[in-house]
Amino acid sequence: MIETIAFYFLSAVAIVSALGMVLNVRNTVAGAMSLVVTMIALSGVFVLLQAHLIAALQIMIYAGAIVVLFLFVVMLLNLRTDEFAPSRQPIVKFLGAALAIYVGIQFLGQIELGLPAAVETADDFGNYRMLARTLFTDYVLPFEMASLLLLAAIVGAVILAKRRVS
Amino acid sequence: MIPLEHVIGLSAILFGIGVVGALTRRNLIVILMSIELMLNAANVAFIGFARNWAQMDGQVFVMMVITVAAAEVAVGLGIVISLFRNRDSVNVEDVSLLKW
Repeated sequence: MIETIAFYFLSAVAIVSALGMVLNVRNTVAGAMSLVVTMIALSGVFVLLQAHLIAALQIMIYAGAIVVLFLFVVMLLNLRTDEFAPSRQPIVKFLGAALAIYVGIQFLGQIELGLPAAVETADDFGNYRMLARTLFTDYVLPFEMASLLLLAAIVGAVILAKRRVS
Repeated sequence: MIPLEHVIGLSAILFGIGVVGALTRRNLIVILMSIELMLNAANVAFIGFARNWAQMDGQVFVMMVITVAAAEVAVGLGIVISLFRNRDSVNVEDVSLLKW
């Protein structure tokens, strides 16, 4: 019972702060802060769904690293206020709201009702031991490829952001 | 126990918000943040399915998604910085050379 209440509360927080990020047209820093709130609420949802390691990674990587990178770039480029707010024409606003509602209804309509009920899980489901066992046996090749991807991303980011010499 | 349909519903709503943010905003940084939101919506669905069928595979895929998201943000923000250096703006409407 308390699990269900916590799930709906965290979902509401995540949705409201996600809307706050998308609809905040004045202040980019506040938008990034709303994204942090969404990430933390989603990590609470992950705990309720027995993904404890993923919840910790979510806070460390998303809220800790990725959003800090966003804030760093916003402050480096001095873009705190969003100077090119969306168009003020009412018809564009109306079409945007209609698109949002249409996309939401389409996605919700795809959900099949009457899915099978949850399978009982062991106590250690979702802890680091079980995740590591799966990751380093069945998925060891994707794991190595992920390290290659990260290397390529580091090299690419350094080359892109480097000031041209000549 | 949380019904699987409600977890997928949360994922769908977050994905819809991300789509609308990526399509309607003009600030390149906000567009990147909306893409992060969409990746997170996919993660919620993965975790929900992993719990429902007691399989760890979904959680492993979430780790891969987090890796891709981190790589995407590093490269994307590198592009934003070099764009700002060349054009003095992060408005996507100022970067329309490839648009016919």
